[in-house]
Amino acid sequence: MRPFKYSKATNAAGAAKAVAGNKNAKFLSGGTNILDLMKEDVARPDELVDINGIASSQIRSTPAGISVGALAKNTDTANHPLVRENYPLLSQAILAGASEQIRNMATNGGNVMQQVRCLYFYDTAVNCNRREPGSGCSAIVGLNRTYAILGWSEHCVAVNPSDMAVALAALDTKVNIQMADGKTRTIPFTELHRLPGDAPHDDKALAHGEMITSFEIPKNKFAANSYYVKVRDRASYSFALVSVAAALELNGKTITTARIALGGVANKPWRAFDAEKFLAGKAATKENFEKAAELELKSARPLEFNEYKIELSKRAIVRALEKAV
Amino acid sequence: MKYIGKAMSRVDGVAKVTGKAKYASEFDVKNVAYGYVAQSRIAKGRIKSIDVSEAERQSGVVKVFTHLNAPKTKSSDDDFFALQSDKIVFSDQPIAFVVAESLEQARFAARLVKAEYEEEKPTSDPRSAPTVDSRSPKMRGDAPAALAASPVKFEAEYTIPIEHHNPMEPHAGIAFWEGEKLTIFIKSQGVQAFQGHLAKCFDIKPENVRVVSPFVGGAFGAALNPHYITFLTASIAREIKRPLKFNYTRRQMFTGHGYRPYTWQKVSIGAEKDGKLRSVIHEAVGNTSTIENFTESPNGFGRTLYECPNYHTPYKIAKTDLPTPTWMRAPGAVTGAFALESAIDEVAYQLKIDPVEFRLINYSEKDPETGRPFSSKALREAFKQGAAKFGWEKRKLEPRSMRDGNWLVGWGVAVGTWGAGQAPATVRIALSADGNARVGSATADIGPGTYTVITIIAAEFLGVDPAKVKFELGDSDLPNAPMQGGSITTASVGTAAQGAAMAIKTKLVGLAQKDANSPLAGASVDDVEMADGTLSLKSNAAKKVAVADVMKANGMTEIVETFTSTPNAERRNYRTQAHGAQFVEVKVDEDLGIIKVTRVVEATACGRIINPKASHSQEMGGVVWGIGMALQEETAVDHRYGRMMTTNFATYHIPVNADVQSVETAFVDEEDKIVNPLGIKGMGELCLVGIPAAIANAVFHATGKRVRDLPITLDKLI
Ligand SMILES: Cc1cc2nc3c(=O)[nH]c(=O)nc-3n(C[C@H](O)[C@H](O)[C@H](O)COP(=O)(O)OP(=O)(O)OC[C@H]3O[C@@H](n4cnc5c(N)ncnc54)[C@H](O)[C@@H]3O)c2cc1C
Ligand code: SF4
Repeated sequence: MRPFKYSKATNAAGAAKAVAGNKNAKFLSGGTNILDLMKEDVARPDELVDINGIASSQIRSTPAGISVGALAKNTDTANHPLVRENYPLLSQAILAGASEQIRNMATNGGNVMQQVRCLYFYDTAVNCNRREPGSGCSAIVGLNRTYAILGWSEHCVAVNPSDMAVALAALDTKVNIQMADGKTRTIPFTELHRLPGDAPHDDKALAHGEMITSFEIPKNKFAANSYYVKVRDRASYSFALVSVAAALELNGKTITTARIALGGVANKPWRAFDAEKFLAGKAATKENFEKAAELELKSARPLEFNEYKIELSKRAIVRALEKAV
Repeated sequence: MKYIGKAMSRVDGVAKVTGKAKYASEFDVKNVAYGYVAQSRIAKGRIKSIDVSEAERQSGVVKVFTHLNAPKTKSSDDDFFALQSDKIVFSDQPIAFVVAESLEQARFAARLVKAEYEEEKPTSDPRSAPTVDSRSPKMRGDAPAALAASPVKFEAEYTIPIEHHNPMEPHAGIAFWEGEKLTIFIKSQGVQAFQGHLAKCFDIKPENVRVVSPFVGGAFGAALNPHYITFLTASIAREIKRPLKFNYTRRQMFTGHGYRPYTWQKVSIGAEKDGKLRSVIHEAVGNTSTIENFTESPNGFGRTLYECPNYHTPYKIAKTDLPTPTWMRAPGAVTGAFALESAIDEVAYQLKIDPVEFRLINYSEKDPETGRPFSSKALREAFKQGAAKFGWEKRKLEPRSMRDGNWLVGWGVAVGTWGAGQAPATVRIALSADGNARVGSATADIGPGTYTVITIIAAEFLGVDPAKVKFELGDSDLPNAPMQGGSITTASVGTAAQGAAMAIKTKLVGLAQKDANSPLAGASVDDVEMADGTLSLKSNAAKKVAVADVMKANGMTEIVETFTSTPNAERRNYRTQAHGAQFVEVKVDEDLGIIKVTRVVEATACGRIINPKASHSQEMGGVVWGIGMALQEETAVDHRYGRMMTTNFATYHIPVNADVQSVETAFVDEEDKIVNPLGIKGMGELCLVGIPAAIANAVFHATGKRVRDLPITLDKLI
């Protein structure tokens, strides 16, 4: 590891200001991702600003829904009664990720901000646009079995690895952000992650020094009809090849509202807006689910080794919707 | 027998779980410096220039070594040694070694080493690398002609990727010199082999080298060879005149100790309509490096297993710009078994014969290579017991014919076999008058339970409680023992331990009989029983004398005997093999391709079982390993760079608990008087051999899809 300065902020505004003031500074929350990246020499901050304990680690109900602290641990979030009862989709998605030990350390803010798991990003001996802008993407014609089928560019084909983010995207979450100038702002969760375009190194909607303080999930009627499907290479402790968060509001056999998001297929949690629109007002049948899946994957483009993901995504959407019903 | 054959917990278990057991890097050595390697970014070429000035300037850095100033080996073996020249032969090859006051300082400074290369295009894909013929046994009969004449023909190709052992404990060493005397604590499966290696490298007497490795956190073949870590640690310690500690990181484990080679295999089978095999041609090409010719015997696997008059096993190795492979659990056999036992299954389906039945039709009653009998072969019984335990008779022959809701159910079977080897070994036992015994031999315990099993054997034949026996291993100063590899340890060291205990008994009976009035007067050693500190006549237990009294009468406090066992000459007239029948149930999600191994039954015929508890544990380990090999493990190489890319546990998958469900084992009674007096055959590799094929066969039974390229990941099924 390279030498770095460690400091502890006393409040969110202070933390944002400290990081904004040093272009090589980073926030430290659970540390399960950033420290690994530093050990591999992939991330090279010269300062870590510890934010544990300075922003909310609470999960509480609000008039509009619930507020989930950015510094709450993944484990505590997944097991919180408010989450379990009202947002089981979120609980399932978190518990499908990583391992118990990592979830005990990982925070919600760190989870949604975690880096891609691209093999080439992790290996400083090879080129990667995300690590070294302009150096080239090694994965696009490389070992890309686990890479993106949607929204990738010739500059980057990596996928966002977070499970939690897939559920948050499906649940119309809003993100509260502390800015460096002391002000705060709020954005829809679906805008937090960006497609790689020509700037994969800058794929989050946060300016340097902006810190996530909490997530707001609105009230909904999905609790009885939601499901998280995760397809992966082993039964636990591995990232999604494809995952689907599906939530339905049903009126008898008819779908009033559908929410679907996919993980493992793009550089961001992929909200399946087309599929959702198609399903609204339709009967909850396998046939309709298949049509919706077909529609959503129309724009998918495979790489050399990941064509299977297109069919797998469709089937996973159908499975998640069937289970949700 | 009193202790042999009874389940016993590991004698070193408490030390291990309480952290008292010291692994190589945990020894406290004063004033130790830390080393870390900088590694090559390229796979082939040479170092044009290397700049260590920035690294050397960092605080805490003691010295930086490169090929320009590192000590050179005096050994002429073609092993890979680090920092010997400017030549780069694989990616991540060490190019510099930084020594610092702390590991962190060394690691950081290593990053600041800058090298310029003259780069050549590497060939890491064995499919396009030049091959050389390797030694393979003579063809039996005329396999091509017999194949051409067979009414039933089959041919298919199979591949396995590079796989790594990935023991939990990374390789680690601490070395220090006292004058001309070297001591090194290092992860090792054979301390005396390492001792010999170091003596050669430094051109010093083996007596001047002490290699210590009492506990090993898994090795599976990764620590059979000394690899570059051993000489590098020892030689740099001498250079800096200070104790030195060097550990591999997980990433460095991928290029620091070898791996199971990539192997391409083609199996051609000719058979009669009734299922009788007429010809097998089993070809194999495995990869090696450009600097060493590593060979194993992937295609030899079936030569003794099936009665087939024509058998041919041509074998080649492909010279790739990668590090040299090495032996990895069940080397060769599990590779060959995956191909042959899959192919056998395929032919059985072609003929619509139950796969167990098909194997019994071709069962070899004697060694088809030589016509000699097997010293024992209870494979038929293993099939019977395994099938009964598994419920095989309920199986439907047709693929895709069994279901459990969304899940397709598949049942598969395969056979494992492994040579029942033995090597010369020496054990020293010191029995004291108070009944405590110290037993020593320079073997290793990399996890199978050697501490326990030798304790049991010594206790049995000394007639003392196992709690009174202390077995020491993993120190080159102890009596000679072979490396722990090839599943020969219990047969070798166990036989020597029995011999040493018997020698003590013989000595004691002789001493007792010096007294003319001894109750044992006139009895032969075999007439005497030694148990619970007394020697008594088997025919009349009342005639007895206390061991302590015999020693006292002879003015002794301790009896020391050293015994060297060698393999029984009778073995030459027999084929000595262990066998197993391995049954697997898988469930496959029809839409999503997810594969679960829900049930495994291993029925094993491997001679006498000394410790059923540890044996069950070994067999479970083999199953888990087989699940990994069949479904998950792959060291992916990006051939553009000749570089291994899945070099951590997030990307190199091995099974987690949730991947392992029911594993049952059965040990078939198998008495073998030929292999050694106790009839021990070994099982550590055997238990893995058939598992990947059995899983592949079960996946076919479930889905109707035959996957011939490991690992069987779900994308290959949808
Ligand atoms: C082997 C392994 C397997 C895994 N498997 C999975 C999996 O299957 N699914 C899954 O979803 N995840 C998985 N993970 C990832 C794990 O979920 C993340 O490492 C974890 O969620 C990160 O949280 P953290 O608090 O430790 O973040 P940190 O490592 O502390 O931070 C991560 C990044 O976020 C930034 N950051 C942290 N907090 C904030 C904030 N409040 N505002 C703005 N920026 C912030 C940091 O500066 C840093 O850049 C796995 C991890 C490992 C090591
Ligand atoms: S896919 Fe993205 S992260 Fe991976 S090498 Fe290409 S640019 Fe880097």
